[in-house]
Amino acid sequence: MLQNLAAKFMTNFGLARLIILGFFIFLCIMAVVFQLDIAELLTSSLARIGMWGVLVLAMLPAISSGIGPNFGVSLGILCGLVGALTALETAFRLGGVVELSGGVLFLLAIIISLPFAILTGIAYGWLLNRVKGSEMMIATYVGFSMVSIMKIAWLFLPYTSPEMAWPIGRGVRVQISLAGRGITRILNNFLSFNIGDVVVPTGLLLFFALMCFLVWLFMRSKTGIAMRAAGDNPRFSEAAGINVNRSRIIGTTFSTILGAIGILVYAQSYGFIQLYEGPMFMPFVAVAAVLIGGASVKKASITHVVVGTALFLGIQVVAIPVANAFTTDWASMGEISRKIIQNGVILYALTQAGGD
Amino acid sequence: MLTQNSLPEVEEHKRLTNKEAAIQFLTNNMVTIMFVVLVLAGFLVAGMNPFLFILDIVARMSRNSFLVLSLIIPVVAGMGLNFSIVLGAMAGQALLIFVTHWGITGLPGILLCIVLVTPLSMFLGYLTGKLFNKAKGQEMIAGLILAFFAQGIYELIFLQLVGGIIPMDNRVLIMSSGIGVRTTVDLTGGLKYGLDWPGQIWGMPNLLRPTFPWTLIVGVIAVIVGFLVYRFVFKGRMPSLPSIGAGLVAAGLIVYWSAIQIQQETMMMMVRIPLLTWIVILTLCLFIVFFSRTKLGQDMRSVGQDRHVAAVSGIQVDRVRVIAIMMSMVMASWGHIIFLQNMGAFSTYGSHEQIGLYSVAALLIGGATVSKATISQALLGVFLFHALFIVSPSAGRQLFGDAQVGEYFRVFVAYGVIGITLALHAWKKLLQRKDQLGV
Repeated sequence: MLQNLAAKFMTNFGLARLIILGFFIFLCIMAVVFQLDIAELLTSSLARIGMWGVLVLAMLPAISSGIGPNFGVSLGILCGLVGALTALETAFRLGGVVELSGGVLFLLAIIISLPFAILTGIAYGWLLNRVKGSEMMIATYVGFSMVSIMKIAWLFLPYTSPEMAWPIGRGVRVQISLAGRGITRILNNFLSFNIGDVVVPTGLLLFFALMCFLVWLFMRSKTGIAMRAAGDNPRFSEAAGINVNRSRIIGTTFSTILGAIGILVYAQSYGFIQLYEGPMFMPFVAVAAVLIGGASVKKASITHVVVGTALFLGIQVVAIPVANAFTTDWASMGEISRKIIQNGVILYALTQAGGD
Repeated sequence: MLTQNSLPEVEEHKRLTNKEAAIQFLTNNMVTIMFVVLVLAGFLVAGMNPFLFILDIVARMSRNSFLVLSLIIPVVAGMGLNFSIVLGAMAGQALLIFVTHWGITGLPGILLCIVLVTPLSMFLGYLTGKLFNKAKGQEMIAGLILAFFAQGIYELIFLQLVGGIIPMDNRVLIMSSGIGVRTTVDLTGGLKYGLDWPGQIWGMPNLLRPTFPWTLIVGVIAVIVGFLVYRFVFKGRMPSLPSIGAGLVAAGLIVYWSAIQIQQETMMMMVRIPLLTWIVILTLCLFIVFFSRTKLGQDMRSVGQDRHVAAVSGIQVDRVRVIAIMMSMVMASWGHIIFLQNMGAFSTYGSHEQIGLYSVAALLIGGATVSKATISQALLGVFLFHALFIVSPSAGRQLFGDAQVGEYFRVFVAYGVIGITLALHAWKKLLQRKDQLGV
């Protein structure tokens, strides 16, 4: 009985996930053994979870609608970045006339990025409908191509605000500080409180929860249910009168929008907007996080998103100080373990999906 | 379902008119034609010195061709573009580090690298092939992610273990803390030009000197000897006297011209054509041609065309696929060694990362697709891709006053061409499947 349960648990949970969970527990024990500052670790874990949460959540509509993990979520990220820069530029142009507060700017950035994200999402979904069966590979390269074409665009877009443009030469800066406009940590600091030494970024977590709730709601709407059915079994759904291609476009668009909002949440928490190479490899982190949470390339839920984000980002937060506690020579260990875990878990999910 | 439908199709073989043929040629070679135009435009805009261009393109072709050729076999076996060649590159690079540490220089050092890297990359290829068999249909994304994964393992070994658990006492190679290989490794005075210019290390700088005139002289001798041997062995008689005479005069003229170039130290001495490296590249081309005619090569082709049909006709599909990846991996490791001995120095943790991207992009620019690739496409692709690499920074500077634009542009081109080719191929496949199913 117990053995059966254990076996069932193993098949459901998967070896890769078990190793990762074991590694996380090991890191936590080590953190206690080395007497690291647990409060600080918890604080930064919470912040990191909220920071990445929406980006990881962006995987959910994509997987549910049947296009698989959205390796091209960098498209959404780029839309979010355009929104952010345009909002900053607006604040600069209006400077002296109207002073926009941080909160307004954050909302403005979201609003500006939405039309871009919707249009991009529709076009991207249209493309993915034409390449069924190879979505992951093509999404990756569409993402890479768009990030690299935007590198050229950043050089030419007419942003003139001094915090963005280089004082001499062409283009916007590689990293734009948000400190001057009062957007830095605006969500993190909203209603934040301390439990002992642990700072709880209430606003950030609430925003993540709100987004999760919206997605949950959408998944239970008529459109959402049709979308899930289309993702689960396209042929059957087609026979049942669901427009599979349309569902996939909706899922992709939704994912792109979440990507755009996700990067804005990320940037306000980080305090900087990262352009150029910045969005290149972000999708892989989000994909790995949702897979670690228990999703497969064909099935995902909000629990997977939350668990995965907590586990993967928790590991990243704890790994570095633990590695540092060994010796200083192990400093790069945090980054190395991230690479191995992140890509290992994606590989594992690819082998589990089986052949065509 | 699919196999039932793939009965011999009745195709209407009607003669194409000239116009139709031209349109078909254009659509089939769209990417290549676009690049020819792009390179020509870039070349004109950049206003480059043609001689400098030739210098650069010849050097780039001799160091990159082998790597790009290593991609052909998996394409034939139906596994798409093998992004996992990065693993082979890592293996080659690892061996270069160790052989440099052991202090073995020149051609013997390169040969030692080749001998030692072969079993290592065969092993890596075996594992990769097994992985690909578990992710059939998703080999390319699996290969891409595998390369990222392997990068983590590689860093773990060379940043954390070498110098510590793996002993290596070398002040030049190891960081001052005693653990981890430095971020750049310099091969100067060691393995640099080990294959390109073996005579350099042995104090005979003119032996196989990789300049155009010297290569020409050695090449002419090689052609004459090869021709005579061929006549003797296969035809069993000497060629006629006039043809010998004409041949000798032509050879003499070439040698005479080359000798003048060498004596007067003209610009021709600056064109570097590493003879030995090109012999190796040509041997690989011949091998690929030869291999495609063997039983195994034919099996690979059948597996590539249709896995299910191949399995029904008694081919061990999984085994053939693993072998294809193993071969590709071994070639990639050799190719990367050739690449780095020519570069002379490399970034320990970065120089292999872009190998997959650039090699795949080059192959596709030559006109290859996910399911078809030939030697001439590979070589043409290397030429066009690197020609674009050479001209785009100066074209960017001329057009926008900023070389950065050109550099971003060529990276975009690499990603973009892969994305477009993959998308077109997937679309075509989807349409074909729909046709077959009669949807």
